[in-house]
Amino acid sequence: MGIDLPLIWAIIIGFGLMMYVIMDGFDLGIGILFPFVRDRGDRDTMVNTVAPVWDGNETWLVLGGASLLAAFPLAYSVVLSALYLPLMLMLAGLIWRGVAFEFRFKADEAHRPFWDKAFAWGSYTATFSQGIALGAFINGFEVVDGVYAGGGLDWLRPFNLFTGLGLLVAYALLGSTWLIMKTDGDLQARMIRIGKPITIALVITIGIVSLWTPAVHPAIAARWFSLPNLYFFAPVPILVVLIAGLLFKLLRAGSHAAPFLLALCLVFLGYSGLAISLWPNIIPPALSIWDAAGPPQALGFTLVGALFIIPFILAYTAWAYFVFRGKVKQGEGYH
Amino acid sequence: MLGLTALELARIQFGFTISFHIVFPAITIGLASYLAVLEGLWLWKKDSVYRDLYHFWSGIFAVNFAMGVVSGLVMAYQFGTNWSYFSAFAGSITGPLLTYEVLTAFFLEAGFLGVMLFGWNKVGPGLHFLATLMVALGTLISATWILASNSWMQTPQGFAIIDGRVVPTDWFEVIFNPSFPYRLAHMTVAAYLATALFVGASAAWHLLKKRDTPAVRKMLSMALWMILLVAPLQIAIGDAHGLNTLEYQPAKIAAIEGHWENRPGESVPLILFGIPDMAAETTRYAIEIPKLGSLILTHDINGKIPGLKEFAPRDRPNSTIVFWSFRVMVGLGMLMLALGLWGLWSRRGQRLYRSTTLLRFALLMGPSGLIAILAGWFTTEIGRQPWIVYGVMRTEDAVSDHGVLALSTTLLVFIVMYFAVFGTGVSYMLKLIARGPQTHHEAADAEPHDRGQSLRPARPLSAAPDDVDPAPSSGKD
Ligand code: HDD
Ligand code: HEM
Ligand code: HEM
Repeated sequence: MGIDLPLIWAIIIGFGLMMYVIMDGFDLGIGILFPFVRDRGDRDTMVNTVAPVWDGNETWLVLGGASLLAAFPLAYSVVLSALYLPLMLMLAGLIWRGVAFEFRFKADEAHRPFWDKAFAWGSYTATFSQGIALGAFINGFEVVDGVYAGGGLDWLRPFNLFTGLGLLVAYALLGSTWLIMKTDGDLQARMIRIGKPITIALVITIGIVSLWTPAVHPAIAARWFSLPNLYFFAPVPILVVLIAGLLFKLLRAGSHAAPFLLALCLVFLGYSGLAISLWPNIIPPALSIWDAAGPPQALGFTLVGALFIIPFILAYTAWAYFVFRGKVKQGEGYH
Repeated sequence: MLGLTALELARIQFGFTISFHIVFPAITIGLASYLAVLEGLWLWKKDSVYRDLYHFWSGIFAVNFAMGVVSGLVMAYQFGTNWSYFSAFAGSITGPLLTYEVLTAFFLEAGFLGVMLFGWNKVGPGLHFLATLMVALGTLISATWILASNSWMQTPQGFAIIDGRVVPTDWFEVIFNPSFPYRLAHMTVAAYLATALFVGASAAWHLLKKRDTPAVRKMLSMALWMILLVAPLQIAIGDAHGLNTLEYQPAKIAAIEGHWENRPGESVPLILFGIPDMAAETTRYAIEIPKLGSLILTHDINGKIPGLKEFAPRDRPNSTIVFWSFRVMVGLGMLMLALGLWGLWSRRGQRLYRSTTLLRFALLMGPSGLIAILAGWFTTEIGRQPWIVYGVMRTEDAVSDHGVLALSTTLLVFIVMYFAVFGTGVSYMLKLIARGPQTHHEAADAEPHDRGQSLRPARPLSAAPDDVDPAPSSGKD
């Protein structure tokens, strides 16, 4: 066989999920930062920096789900039914948060605080459950004859709760650096102040996950700490430390756009560390992308569309960001 | 919960969440096209009524769209969480179709939505119109893919079963399966019809409140033309759809008709009312019109259709439900036709805007399109039972192995949350409608929001003085 369809699809899905994490990451981050900003005008500005684009950000998550079903139906059915409760919780969070975008502008005085809370809580719930799902994914699933054989609460473990917290920190960093880029004045100053402790917290979190994972999973430890792998993979943790240091410095120096880009790099590095640990399994610890792939007729058919259309999607998404470029000012557009 | 099995709970959960979902896409599909028409007319005729209507409905569209997106997100994951055996079995068909929907439709809508809602002053009129058109196109593409997927589950073809899993062999056959064209046409027209009824009812409400402005009149007039045009069309499509179903899913039609067996030498009557009794295998209290059933379904006065008794009891869909859901849909369809004709009749001498009876009728018919859509889907989906993929996989074999406790908890959460969230959302929509279209001048001066309430930036015209209004520049298009 000429092309390795499951491999290409794993890359596409990996790419889609990464787009989701970095794009919805910063807009979930804005909800996570809500409790730290009390001023109503500032809160409006925060929401307005993402209002025109949040729907597109979330669509990457739908793409992840749909293409997983298309290319790896077995993984879709096992992973989603194993993670039933956290995923339902995530959906509930996304519902509250998604409608709060619109409702908080339409609500009357008495109900606005309610929708602000819904926005913040929805963001926390969605992020935390995504983090739990991530941890559970690292831990792997019990599969017998292609069916999930574990219990309904197997995801409830200390490690997974910790990854839930870790994701909150990561999204908060994305959100705060995004706001540093998109706002000015008081709000920006506050975000710069908050940004520093969040950066430190994220580095600590990444460190703990990087030690905890190999300590529990010998296979992952073997992948990282055996020679020559160590030489290839060592740059990942080293870069994390370097970039975090640079980020910290630039936050001090007061630069506007660079911290966001560096935060993206940090998240990307964490993401590639994960990929290194799990490759090539799509249902850890035992089923690989080739075991779980659907028939080539399905993968091939969908691939044609994906390769043709994704460039267009990237182009008009970039255009939408371009239209709404620049700083968002408080009460912009009104006298 | 209530002695229900896991299968029943999973079905209730799916039916509940999709029933909420479909209401929003139906209005999204209709409003997106309506907005495109309004913006096109504004660019073409420069009559400010169209622009005012555009801004009025785009605010409502935004709220509706948000609810459509978040309720749809749930749907995309429910196949895996609740129907994992179905996903593993048929994911190679429904997955690629859903992926194409995301790639070609959802991204298109999402990408241009921001510009459509917030970009009136940020891009030129030509580009803004393009954004509106793309969003409208996206909604139609979305309907196409998801209905291809659903139609394939109704009338599957173009696949083989290898190692206990569905393998697509011919994608053209999969997508253009026998019921797809009918379902696509019927659902798209249903969305247009439901939106026209909704818009018409909003206009009627303002007229009844004596808020008689040119914009409100334009709304009513446009809506009633649309209803006049598409209500008869919908009835014709529905008739053709029924014939198609008779060919591919005869048990469904027998259940819809409450038709149990063919009596020798007698053609099929049309049962107007009755209560099909699944246990006794008969339709009680039937009021029939002789021979009409044969005429409608076979277009032949002596034609015969299979009766329910010709199918094994375990293969029969529940006739009691689909008999009635079908009649609700068709009855409402006839009322819509009546509304369209009455509107046409009242146009002479402008009675359209003054006849309180007509306006009340139009107001009452506001939700009828959505009710008919739900009734139609209940007919289609419950009529497909006991199959999830017709004739290929049974619903009972498709459900995930969650416990009753997990399912009842999530179901309860969904019910409470959906009523709270979407109930509030719908009430905001109705409040926005009650505010009515602002003429441009009013919008600039009057403060429509309460003081202190935050205002959304870039909400088109609130800030813009008359003379900076975007006019189509010749270079742009
Ligand atoms: C692509 C697939 C698809 C689409 C577009 C729809 N459905 Fe569906 N529906 C299913 C796929 C499905 C399903 C997964 O196949 C279910 C779940 C259990 C079942 O038997 O079929 C189902 C069941 C189901 C039930 C419960 C029936 C029963 O269990 O007796 C209802 C009431 C609806 N649906 C209603 C709708 C509505 C209102 C829709 C409008 C959008 C709709 N369905 C679209
Ligand atoms: C089980 C079936 C269905 C699934 C899994 C599903 C899935 C989804 C998802 C995930 C979204 C959100 C997309 C986004 O993020 O923008 C969505 C929205 C949408 N869906 Fe569905 N859907 C289903 C049924 C339907 C049907 C039957 C129709 C129409 C005939 C439809 C039409 C739409 C449209 C037009 C949108 C655009 C957003 C909006 O509604 O406001 N869907 N759907
Ligand atoms: C008045 C004449 C009508 C007839 C004869 C008719 C006929 C039908 C039939 C036979 C079905 C079931 C098809 C199947 O399951 O295979 C159906 C489904 C449906 N109907 Fe109607 N219908 C009518 C009016 C309406 C109206 C007015 C609406 C909504 C505004 C509507 C919306 C729907 C929807 C949403 C479905 C489910 C999707 C589908 O299967 O197409 N129908 N209709």
